[in-house]
Amino acid sequence: MSKKFHVSTTVNGDPVEFLCDSRETVLDVLRDRLSLTGAKEGCGTGDCGACSITVDDRLVCACLMLGAEAEGKSIETVEGIAAGEDLHPLQKRFIEYAALQCGICTPGILVAAKNLLEKHPDPTEEQVRYWLAGNLCRCTGYDKIIRAVMDTAAEMREAS
Amino acid sequence: MIPAGFEYHRPADVASALAILTTHGDEARVIAGGHSLIPMMKLRMAEMGHLVDLQDITELKGISVDGDTITIGAMTTQHELITSDALAEAAPIIREAALVIADPQVRYMGTIGGNVANGDPGNDMPGLMQCLDATYILVGPDGMRPVAAREFYEAAYFTAREDEEILTQISIPRPAPGTGYAYEKQKRKIGDYATAASGVMLTVAGGTCTSASIAMTNLADTPIWAEAAGAALVGSDLGEDAITAAIAAAKDAIDPVADNRGPVEFKMHVAGVILRRAIDRAIARAG
Repeated sequence: MSKKFHVSTTVNGDPVEFLCDSRETVLDVLRDRLSLTGAKEGCGTGDCGACSITVDDRLVCACLMLGAEAEGKSIETVEGIAAGEDLHPLQKRFIEYAALQCGICTPGILVAAKNLLEKHPDPTEEQVRYWLAGNLCRCTGYDKIIRAVMDTAAEMREAS
Repeated sequence: MIPAGFEYHRPADVASALAILTTHGDEARVIAGGHSLIPMMKLRMAEMGHLVDLQDITELKGISVDGDTITIGAMTTQHELITSDALAEAAPIIREAALVIADPQVRYMGTIGGNVANGDPGNDMPGLMQCLDATYILVGPDGMRPVAAREFYEAAYFTAREDEEILTQISIPRPAPGTGYAYEKQKRKIGDYATAASGVMLTVAGGTCTSASIAMTNLADTPIWAEAAGAALVGSDLGEDAITAAIAAAKDAIDPVADNRGPVEFKMHVAGVILRRAIDRAIARAG
């Protein structure tokens, strides 16, 4: 049981290697071994989306993927969204619109929203709401989040 | 962190996976997308010495439509079911059902094989597979055997699959052109299991129903293929009398229990409403 897995992966564009136990999830590895604490553990059972990351461009819950499964895969977390000091347009809008209160769900929602806009640069409000259905926010009531995502999408379309 | 320790295996082919299952017996379990099993392991509701991850087995992946048969590999994700144009053309009801399962995060990982093999009465695909008269292919140490979806489910989490078998593939007869279809699901919120759900497939010729198949989800400890409900539609003009008879037959076949989705009376009522909507939509789509 003490066997450790040697895992080689890419995190936010950088090659990363780590050792992990079979019992550790990708979320455990990110937070406890790689000190990337942006992804949060809300429920631990895939219901809340606070741990949302992308793995090979698929939006997933880091709490339900084993660390050993990350071998050879490319992981993106909220820490990779800003370009250095320059916040991503989504991050700027979230601040401007106060699309967060306690902030626990925000990293997962930013990762999910960025993934949506990469696939669908011109989403309808319905698409945004259904896409973010796996990300629970208990503070904001979602409206400001949805408006922030819609307006960021419009801004990014104009800029491109 | 999963509390209890286990050994993690990631075989590259079915034969290697079977060898691990044969060696370790009921100490080993296969994992597909893991979105039911990993939460169970975290909650200590499932414990095993050996976890056999099927994700590297390419022979378990993919969708093919070949003449009259649709074949779906067990490790095909819900997302892949939704985005397959070939599947949408051959059996659009599968996309319709996959879209009402959980949320994007879960659909990227959750597989059709895990969904049907787990035996969770809340899952949507088992009822749909019964509606479509699908066959599951089980592979074990003694070779391959097919089991009809309508024969597979014995009780909640108990199925015809033996511990040393892997469900590798699902085979579905391609619905005839013009088949009307609908998968209708009532749930408390997105991501929830059904309060009641129903899959309906039917064909109409000259105003008369020529075939009908009806299945009900999360309204008993297994999915329910309501044979008598379908039979009540066949030969009819699909008028009010026939639909009322079909709903009555479906209600006879189900056996919901009270839980946080409501008391039995409410579930029986919702089952009738959902089935009526599904039948109406299937009729509107039949051509």
